[in-house]
Amino acid sequence: MAQAITDTEAPPERADPAAPPSRNRRRRPAPYLLLVPALATLLLGLGYPLVRQVAMSFQEFGLAQQFGTADPGWIGFDNYVSILSDPTTWAVIVRSVVFCFVAASLTMVIGMGVALLMRSVSTVARLILQVSMLAAWATPLIASLTVWNWLFDTRYGVVNWLLVKIGFESFEDYSWLANPWTFFLVACVIVVWMSVPFVAFSLYAALTQVPEETLEAAQLDGASRTQRFRHIIVPSIRPVLSIVMLLQIVWDLRVFAQIKYLQGAGGTVSETNLLGTYLYQLGIAQSEYGVASAVAMVMLLLTLGLTFGYVRSLLREERAS
Amino acid sequence: MTTPTTRTRRPRTGRTLLSTLAIVIAAVWAFPVYWMVNSSFQTLGRLRSPDPAWLPFGGDTSPDAYGRVADASFWDAMQLSLTVTLLAVGSGLVFAFLAALAISRFRLRGKTSFIVVILVVQMIPAEALFISQYKMLSGWGLFNTVAGLTLLYLAMILPFTIWMLRGFVAGVPAELEEAAMVDGCSRFRAFFTITFPLLAPGLVASGVYGFLQCWNEITLATVVMDPANQTIPLWLQGMTTVSNQAIDWPAVMAGATLVAIPVIGLFMFVQNKMTSGMVSGAVKG
Repeated sequence: MAQAITDTEAPPERADPAAPPSRNRRRRPAPYLLLVPALATLLLGLGYPLVRQVAMSFQEFGLAQQFGTADPGWIGFDNYVSILSDPTTWAVIVRSVVFCFVAASLTMVIGMGVALLMRSVSTVARLILQVSMLAAWATPLIASLTVWNWLFDTRYGVVNWLLVKIGFESFEDYSWLANPWTFFLVACVIVVWMSVPFVAFSLYAALTQVPEETLEAAQLDGASRTQRFRHIIVPSIRPVLSIVMLLQIVWDLRVFAQIKYLQGAGGTVSETNLLGTYLYQLGIAQSEYGVASAVAMVMLLLTLGLTFGYVRSLLREERAS
Repeated sequence: MTTPTTRTRRPRTGRTLLSTLAIVIAAVWAFPVYWMVNSSFQTLGRLRSPDPAWLPFGGDTSPDAYGRVADASFWDAMQLSLTVTLLAVGSGLVFAFLAALAISRFRLRGKTSFIVVILVVQMIPAEALFISQYKMLSGWGLFNTVAGLTLLYLAMILPFTIWMLRGFVAGVPAELEEAAMVDGCSRFRAFFTITFPLLAPGLVASGVYGFLQCWNEITLATVVMDPANQTIPLWLQGMTTVSNQAIDWPAVMAGATLVAIPVIGLFMFVQNKMTSGMVSGAVKG
């Protein structure tokens, strides 16, 4: 015990002056061994396919190459040239970016609103809100898609029934998925409905960490609700806010299952394709592996471009901590 | 503006208004889930009547649809999904935990690059890789196998799991463990009695995310599994794409409910741990 007390003066490293702490630590293999299982899985499951996919995007690779009747030939940027000179690709890119922007912003705004509500309402109301968010969040993707499709059903859907009841007679037997605009409206409603719970719970968790005293002090000093929100709440939950925003952009840009399902339920494929389904159509339905790989690379670059700012700020926080 | 009367009255009416708003939002969010369960108890004729049937009991309702869907193919799909998901989430948690330990407890060369890799890997759209993943699995004879699908799911959930767990591990001060070791605990025992319980909420929260991701995954399953060997999402999708006229909606909704109930149950069960997990994760960001 006495020994321990005298030791507190000096950090343990100084007890061994022969080995500088950094060198001593660097030589230990244990921390690197801990990374091996994760790294090996990532290399096997994602790294290797990614390398192949990049290579394929520079190759002539279709059905003949797949079955081995022809060798894949290197064709440089031909796949990229052909997709980027195709107006369809640009339409798909623009549509995807707009969809991602609208869905992600709506999700963030509503999610933030719900998180703030959870903080300021009575316990009973908060519990009701939390349970219903939890139920929506936990409902498996395909089950939600099925029930939403049923809600918007042309003839028997509750949405049409309700719209007719409140006076919009033109919605009698209205087919939501046949028109690209209402198709994306339905898709957006579904995506937002599914993603709000995650955002709301994450932000609510972050909000519980905002110091109550600071807020009260600001209120006493005459700061308005908006001022308190902008100058105290937002800065203190910024790390969570930026990671959640980043995830929403990434997820909404790659939205696939929702679009694919709604297309299957009656959407016109050519007018409602987003990057994910476009890729699927080229790669699986038409077996244009080379071209599809080039689309995949464009999609990856687009994601990196759109999220660059967030990644940089996350890394800056990383270095600061 | 700030006369005493308004100051005392405004919060109370404001709070009532906000609580009402909260309940309205709750109703909107819960409605589709309710509608799924409700529709599963109706007969097809009742579902096609001009006015919706609002309640899952009374006159024309029956649980027959559940009998129609819970056949052998449902149980096979359930078993496959559970096997793959539990294998992927279980090994995912172990691998991610080790990696999180390495990056938050040790000085590593290339740590920042590893974190960048973890972030960027999450941005690779799964749809951008399935072609080469499919070719890779068929090349290794892993096409249509539990091992193949598990490998892909494991790689899919690892980056986010590592990212989440690293916040939790960093949130438990190493000094706690060192203090226990000073008191005579072995490093191993100190870890399992002091650090591990503090990490439990983090493990639960990341495990639930991983579980949801795997349970919902449909693209990779379509690509690398044989149509005769379906996971639960594929099984459910199969029910709605038979042919537009012949959809047995009560059965579809019963199927959706059967798929949803275990997951909603799991969520409600771990809800407390998850929220506290998210809070401690939020501290570290």
